[in-house]
Amino acid sequence: MATAPNTTAAAKQESQPGFVYLPLIAGWLVPGAGHFLLRKWGRGALLAASILSMFVLGLVMQGKLYTGAHDILDILGMAGDLGNGLLYVVSRVFSLGADQVQVTTADYGTRFIVVAGLLNVIAAVDAHNLRTGRKA
Amino acid sequence: MTHFTAVVLFALFASVVFGITQRETPPRMFRYGIYCFVLFTGSAIALSWVMFLIAR
Repeated sequence: MATAPNTTAAAKQESQPGFVYLPLIAGWLVPGAGHFLLRKWGRGALLAASILSMFVLGLVMQGKLYTGAHDILDILGMAGDLGNGLLYVVSRVFSLGADQVQVTTADYGTRFIVVAGLLNVIAAVDAHNLRTGRKA
Repeated sequence: MTHFTAVVLFALFASVVFGITQRETPPRMFRYGIYCFVLFTGSAIALSWVMFLIAR
């Protein structure tokens, strides 16, 4: 039966004590942290390396960090940026990232930063699914 | 950084995350990651040729 492994995983995860949303929140704040909490060291390291590299490359390419929501595209860009969790907050505090896109690579960099945030949200949801037993 | 380098790096990082999050076992994660990487880079190259031919 196809659902048997997930049922077993769910029963196993339900027996774990603690706040069920902790991996989701930790994974959003720090890339890979949700998987580290669940002792998925390899997966966490690969996710952290990918998302951090993408975010840092975006900054190195002088990508823009969205700071305000002036129109619909800015709102979407900011939603993506916020997916980076503490990386976004720290970058804003230290004024990293360009204010305006002035060179072609900066446009790529802006997309790298937004996509890093979206990938981080996917990774955090994956950690939550592991914690609840929806995924083995 | 060239446009192609940016495409390859983007495809690499996105494929790693897709592979890990969308499949359950490591061999299937690896295969799905490779599949996503080939689709990302392949479609970028194909679309680049289409745009090149349209622009001529």
